[in-house]
Amino acid sequence: MTIAQPHAGWVGRSIRRVEDPTLIAGAGRFTADLPATYRVRFVRSERAAGRISKIHVPDGATAITATDLAGVKPIRPMLHKFDYVPIGQPILARDHVRFVGEPIAAVVAPSDAEAEDIAEAIEVAMEDQAAVIDARTALAAEAPRVHAEVAGNLIVKGAVETPGFADARARADSIVRLELRSRRQNAMPLEPRGGHAAFDAGSGRVTLTCSTQMPHLTRTAITDLLGMPESDLRVVAPDVGGGFGQKMSLATEYVLLVWLARKLRSSVAWHEDRRENLIAAFHSRDQFIEIEGAFDSNGKLLALAADVIANVGAYSCFPTTCAVEPLMAMAELPGPYDVRAYRCAARGVLTNTCPMAPYRGVSRPVITFALERLMDRAALEFGLEPSEIRRRNLIETFPYVSATGLTFDEASYRQTLEMAVAALDLPAFRARQQQARARGRYLGIGFSAFSERTGYGTPAFAARGMEIIPGFETIDLSMGPSGLVEARIGASPHGQGLRTTLAQIIADEIGVPPDRIRVIHGDTDRTPYGFGTFASRSAVIAGGASLLAARKVRSKLIKIASLLLEAAPDDIVLDGGAAKVAGTDRSIAIEALARAAYHQVHRFKGEIEPGIAASATYDPAGTFANACHVAIVEVDPETGQVRIENFIAAEDAGRLINPMIVDGQIQGGIAQGIGNALLEEIVYDQTGNILTTTLADFLPPTAHEIPPIELHHLETVSDASVTRAKGVGEGGAIGAPAAVINAINDALAPFGAEINEIPATPRRIRAAIHAARKPAEQRA
Amino acid sequence: MSDKRDITLTVNNRSYSIRVEPRRTLVDAIREDCGQTGTHIGCEHGVCGACTVLVDGAPVRACLMFAVQAANKEIRTVEGLGSVDNLNPLQRAFMEHHALQCGFCTPGFLMLVTGVLEREPDIGDDELIDVLASNLCRCTGYQNIIKAVRAVAHDMRQARSNASA
Repeated sequence: MTIAQPHAGWVGRSIRRVEDPTLIAGAGRFTADLPATYRVRFVRSERAAGRISKIHVPDGATAITATDLAGVKPIRPMLHKFDYVPIGQPILARDHVRFVGEPIAAVVAPSDAEAEDIAEAIEVAMEDQAAVIDARTALAAEAPRVHAEVAGNLIVKGAVETPGFADARARADSIVRLELRSRRQNAMPLEPRGGHAAFDAGSGRVTLTCSTQMPHLTRTAITDLLGMPESDLRVVAPDVGGGFGQKMSLATEYVLLVWLARKLRSSVAWHEDRRENLIAAFHSRDQFIEIEGAFDSNGKLLALAADVIANVGAYSCFPTTCAVEPLMAMAELPGPYDVRAYRCAARGVLTNTCPMAPYRGVSRPVITFALERLMDRAALEFGLEPSEIRRRNLIETFPYVSATGLTFDEASYRQTLEMAVAALDLPAFRARQQQARARGRYLGIGFSAFSERTGYGTPAFAARGMEIIPGFETIDLSMGPSGLVEARIGASPHGQGLRTTLAQIIADEIGVPPDRIRVIHGDTDRTPYGFGTFASRSAVIAGGASLLAARKVRSKLIKIASLLLEAAPDDIVLDGGAAKVAGTDRSIAIEALARAAYHQVHRFKGEIEPGIAASATYDPAGTFANACHVAIVEVDPETGQVRIENFIAAEDAGRLINPMIVDGQIQGGIAQGIGNALLEEIVYDQTGNILTTTLADFLPPTAHEIPPIELHHLETVSDASVTRAKGVGEGGAIGAPAAVINAINDALAPFGAEINEIPATPRRIRAAIHAARKPAEQRA
Repeated sequence: MSDKRDITLTVNNRSYSIRVEPRRTLVDAIREDCGQTGTHIGCEHGVCGACTVLVDGAPVRACLMFAVQAANKEIRTVEGLGSVDNLNPLQRAFMEHHALQCGFCTPGFLMLVTGVLEREPDIGDDELIDVLASNLCRCTGYQNIIKAVRAVAHDMRQARSNASA
């Protein structure tokens, strides 16, 4: 393993973010800040399953229903593998409703208040139909079908078994099995979704401003569905108040807004309220996992098997399809461990619930939870420290090709584990834990070692059989006659500080400071086609494209400088805003080079093209970041309350471009993971009515619940990324739930209690203690 | 619901004569009738705190107050703290400590903290966490917000003790 060396330049420095002053001054421009002539309110289904018999609209009111949308195609995401059954989602429910919250009609009025009044007066007559809410129930033969064309509600089914699996399993000394449950969650960006569509009579075009992570694909998708020329739609992602994946999937509501703007030849806006966001803006993480590890007598994992059932809700999200959770679980479940024998079945199951879509980490917070619980349970059986069983199983040689064919590039699984162990002083903790137990206080420690697959381009998505293969990113980089640099990117950041990060990468190549570089994103009229910001990809892929384009601009600047300074190109150095001839005092300002490139091209004598611009595309195979998280908790066995005393993350995301931003990503991810582990849960009753419709029911963590987080970094240099940076956006959320739940289980060890469910709420913790006591009492 | 009232809202020392329904919330009036969009709407049920503004110096959830209730009171919003080119010390501390990512919750936190530090400049570190737990942030994990606010509180105390010395 090579560790990155500090180098002079902008990369590696925690410069302040260029994004900040505007946002801090309240001068940010979010979707809801735009005025609109009309406001839209959706009438949503109050039933989980039913047939619409009549929609009564009060006289004089404008309400759009499915019958108005005859020419509009349903959203029909496609996957060409894994027995995927394509299903369509109408923009407004046509005949049937399939989940509580599904849009049935859209009311148009001059203000939100008037639209809400009308929406309340609309009566939807509906014939109730049987609903199915739980994924395992939905798989039963007699279960009602959510979509008539999907038998057994089984929309996608993956299976893998490596050759020799049974033999490897048979050689094991010990088999450890667990059943785990991850309850349903909502990414819950603080800004709910929202869109604003404005028709321009002069050009006949519509501008859709919306809170999206994926402007270009949103544009293609909507124009496909509406049957309009793609050039007639401009999509703008302005300031976006967090996304976490929820804003990468296409919202039916945005399709309707564009349709309405064209119909009314005006501007229309919809601002999702929090109730809508919690019931209808995509859920995730609703999974059952059965996992089995076959270990030899030394605690080495010989064979791993799992059965994954993902509740994907009522429709399939665009563009990834609802296969994203089960298939990612299957591909990545072995995690950072060296295990050659693997068997997995992963199913996506339709139910009458809000559709599932990617949320930070996608399946990996759940599979990491499953695998790390397995490791801790095995450690208990072998009488090993949790850190020791991991030490015996982590991947240590690279490149490593996994049981599912993934190539793991150079990383530091073992080293980050040791770093975390050293940071926390394990023997001291165990002594303190013993003393605390003697006083009736229950401390626990939990480890979570994991890999985070990041920055993957088209090959990874193609392997899933997706019809739409995202992956590459393009940058158009130019320097104008004033020497100012513009970088136009297809990626679409929404809080990650990517404008700052990319400016640092570009600055080092072309010798101008980051404040001379403007990164332009989130506008299909002004940026090259790209896929957006999701899947921990932007620093790697948009960053890589930035580096490649900047190298081209650099060589052009050197060429011009060489001509104007009459020096060999190899002697030209770009630094501090000037081109210098090495070893002399001759130099020329970069502004002067830029000016010459546009206004004094005659001096180039035809040897150099006018202007300074370059484009580059980057489409890497992907790179694995990694980390080891450790949580130390105290559990109150009477109340079931968990207090996180300390949280340590030893992390390796390759070269850190802006360490401050990287730390922020990790801390924020860990906070979400802690929320996922302890608090956050979307609850349906048996009829499919949703019970968690406010932020007093669905509980994101506050400043009270999040402890200080101690971060340690390694910077492994990997050839898998041209900038040597690995992605870091999801790791915090991937690792934290497992660490917290393992710590709770360690704390509960004296009771013989075990909890394998997230969130581990006080009620569930008390129930686990109670269940463990019961057999003991019965024996007595 | 056409029973509209004529009221005057004073936002950041500027008067806005507006006509609103009695049911119009203060946050809608600030954003739509006064055009000050720095105050954000996150939940409209008083939990997230993104819409926090100061009304006569006290932090208020502007989604839980009607505009008519705020008539003739002093309302302060993020736009009154400092401009893009001239951030105030609290705003600068948010930048220095990386206390924001997407920035959507930031105006609410800034107003919450402004109101609290003006009233309780000697607030202790633990009580400060109690206060900050009134608002939600989904990006940062809070620790950098806590650091920024503690730094500003510390600087304010320092400045006062220097002035009185």
